[in-house]
Amino acid sequence: MLGRISSRLCCMLILCAFPLAAAPGESSLPAPPTSAAPPDDGQWRMPAKNFASTRFSDLTEINTDNVKNLQVAFNFSTGVNKGHEAAPLVVGSTMYIVSPYPNILYALDLAQPGAPMKWKYEPKPEPAAQGVACCDVVNRGAAYSVGRIYFNTLDNMTIAVDAESGKEIWRTKLGSINRGETMTMAPLVVKDKVLVGNSGGEYGVRGWVIALDAKTGIQKWKAYSTGPDVDVLIRPDFKPFYDSDKGKNLGVTSWPPNAWQQGGGTVWGWISYDPDLNLIYHGTANPGPWNHEQRPGDNKWTAGIFARDADTGQARWFYQFTPHDIHDWDGINEIILLDMEWKGQARKVLVRPERNAFLYVIDRTNGEVLSAEPFAYTNSATGVDLKTGRLQVNADKEPKLNRTIRDICPTAPGAKDWNPSAYSPRTGLLYIPHNNLCMDWQSLEANYIAGTPYVGAEVKMKPGPGGNRGEFSAWDVQNARKRWSIKENFPVWSGVVATAGNVVFYGTMEGWFKAVHAETGELLWQFKTGSGIIGQPITYRGPDGHQYVAVLSGVGGWSGAIVAGDLDPRDGTAALGFVNAMADLKQATTKGGSLYVFRLP
Amino acid sequence: MSSGCRSALVAVALLALADCSASARELRICADPNNLPFSNDRLEGFENKIIDLIAHELDAAVQYTWRAQRRGFIRNTLGAKTCDLTAGSVASLPMLKFTKSYYRSTYVFVGRRDLPEITSLDDPALRTLKIGVHLIGDDGFNVPPAHALARRGIIENVRGYSLYGDYREQNPPADLIKAVAVGEIDVAIAWGPLGGYFAARQSPPLRVTPVVPALDGLLPMTFAIAMGVRRDDEALQHEIEAVLARRRSDIDAILSSYHVPLVQAPQTAAGPAP
Repeated sequence: MLGRISSRLCCMLILCAFPLAAAPGESSLPAPPTSAAPPDDGQWRMPAKNFASTRFSDLTEINTDNVKNLQVAFNFSTGVNKGHEAAPLVVGSTMYIVSPYPNILYALDLAQPGAPMKWKYEPKPEPAAQGVACCDVVNRGAAYSVGRIYFNTLDNMTIAVDAESGKEIWRTKLGSINRGETMTMAPLVVKDKVLVGNSGGEYGVRGWVIALDAKTGIQKWKAYSTGPDVDVLIRPDFKPFYDSDKGKNLGVTSWPPNAWQQGGGTVWGWISYDPDLNLIYHGTANPGPWNHEQRPGDNKWTAGIFARDADTGQARWFYQFTPHDIHDWDGINEIILLDMEWKGQARKVLVRPERNAFLYVIDRTNGEVLSAEPFAYTNSATGVDLKTGRLQVNADKEPKLNRTIRDICPTAPGAKDWNPSAYSPRTGLLYIPHNNLCMDWQSLEANYIAGTPYVGAEVKMKPGPGGNRGEFSAWDVQNARKRWSIKENFPVWSGVVATAGNVVFYGTMEGWFKAVHAETGELLWQFKTGSGIIGQPITYRGPDGHQYVAVLSGVGGWSGAIVAGDLDPRDGTAALGFVNAMADLKQATTKGGSLYVFRLP
Repeated sequence: MSSGCRSALVAVALLALADCSASARELRICADPNNLPFSNDRLEGFENKIIDLIAHELDAAVQYTWRAQRRGFIRNTLGAKTCDLTAGSVASLPMLKFTKSYYRSTYVFVGRRDLPEITSLDDPALRTLKIGVHLIGDDGFNVPPAHALARRGIIENVRGYSLYGDYREQNPPADLIKAVAVGEIDVAIAWGPLGGYFAARQSPPLRVTPVVPALDGLLPMTFAIAMGVRRDDEALQHEIEAVLARRRSDIDAILSSYHVPLVQAPQTAAGPAP
């Protein structure tokens, strides 16, 4: 079996030989600005590794030749059975991990044999958060800055903990679970501010991003994703590239009256930062909770990306990936900052593999889309009009109540959900973990919630073309095309880490932790962990000077809800239709959160 | 002396009874602690009353597992086997097995009595009045009247009230009806049991009118409600079904005392049977 995979990859390698040989020297490959991706110090202090969000490590001890010898250095049970989406952090000789609800923060002493626990900090979030809160109880990680660990809890606390002692320094309450609001994202610390955002668009929550003073936890600014310009922090120096984003109070006028007040656009994903431009970049989630027929208009500023002044939060530009989203395509995925040559000119860009299946290269100084090519199968849109910036939708695949529509691709989690890709400046490739899912949209189905019956469509997700539900793709950023890809049986819901040793790591929902060749995708090593992997792998230099690779195993999240939430595999429409596509996951894995750390012998 | 002795005897007898029922059967109910007129943890809802009646028939003691009836409700209650019966749901959910339905209600217009009565989704007044509906928000789907209004191009004058509201407040879905009473909106279109109960409690009480047509194209405005058990719990299903049939008139009396609008299944798209 493995032999056959290898020979197929061999074929791919041959097919790719020409562009590889023809590629210009390494120096001309797109690269992150040094200010946002400084030389590697062997630590891993934020989930994205650096402000450019490359998730790339300069470490080379583990390479394509010796990775096959990797073995477990130690592991650690988090004692939590929900989906583990976080990235571990490594600062000095301490590793920090934050669990899903109840959001326990652990510190492990890497200088001691077996990495014993130094301390744990239990924030004790309100138990009610589980029942009243929307969606899931995941957490996407913590962030370190100047002696402190910052993280969010499901019940809307941002907390600062002393990294050495584990003592709480401050906690700030930012939302209410009683209104359906939660927090699941990893904060980003920029200079003296902690940037955080909310989750819960399904419950009519209005999205925001908040900057807290890192010293005190006091709020410095708050920018909403909907509503009047004054709330969105839009002033005359807001200069979007496309006409459709120009005008007064579009966050009000692109909605029916008052609908923006519950309009969604939450900020539960990733934030990047360009120190040279002093801009932060963050996405906004889908509009809600009205059905799209009840919210005609572009529904600004949902399902798009903002560039904001890092100090004041004032918006500089905005681009909308999916105007008037009808698919639940949150625009919150990772944002990779690169400098590259584009049509003979040096451009500062950001790269975004988006839920709508297009990979965007956008000028990060002004919001102009340079290219948008599909990285995954889609029949819902035909492309992006680069003159207007507008997604060209296929009306035949628009979900409409009372209509049966077969094979709408991609589905609500999109071609790719929250789990971040990694970029290697050595190969010029972006390694994208993603989905290959389609859905049938069928006749009306009655449902019942809070004593009230209502109707929705019966949504059943299923594997996309080829029969595989997941894919791991290497995308050539300079040439805007796929270099190679690996089919995975289940959606690839883990993060990725790429290394200068030319090895790329990711995990599968069955629990395999895999190392593949950065140039070819050849499988070099794999290890079966205790549960499905949806966490973000990292790599670091340990106190002994050697390179380690770490990942949290523990299935769950939206795709893994069938296991972590004990959903009934016979109910195909559970978890918003995802269960139908995941009925066999219960045979493939069981729940349970553990940290796995690997090293060479 | 003798009367004291008698009351002591009564107390002993009661103790024995209590003891008896405690050691006997337990009827384990999954319910929302904060959602009148259906249920609450002070046992004031009509589902609480009907459950008491069933428990009495089965000679069982009632034990509640409380959880907000939202996404994950069934999974975390019946599914987790912390309780065995839910008193109300549409009978078509695939996760559960259901009794025969014990009532059918309808979406209703709720309006002030000093304003003209709205009787149909096709009333031209709906194009200008301020209309309130509940926002569901689960997967972007809405209550059927909201879809029906959108089909008619009625969007701009429709206001959404979160069905979930703020859970720290009492009966958060009731905000929609209160909004009519205070004049925030001209008319609400609400699910019958909620509309009927809270309309009667405003001062002055509001007018409640079933939504016509009862079947708007494919969109149903009426739903049959049943009790649900786990899919492998056929024994309990049959037992509950039998009690519901036996106590039919008492159940109807409870529903009517809570002002639950009751309707027959619509036969045609023309309108509900009376």
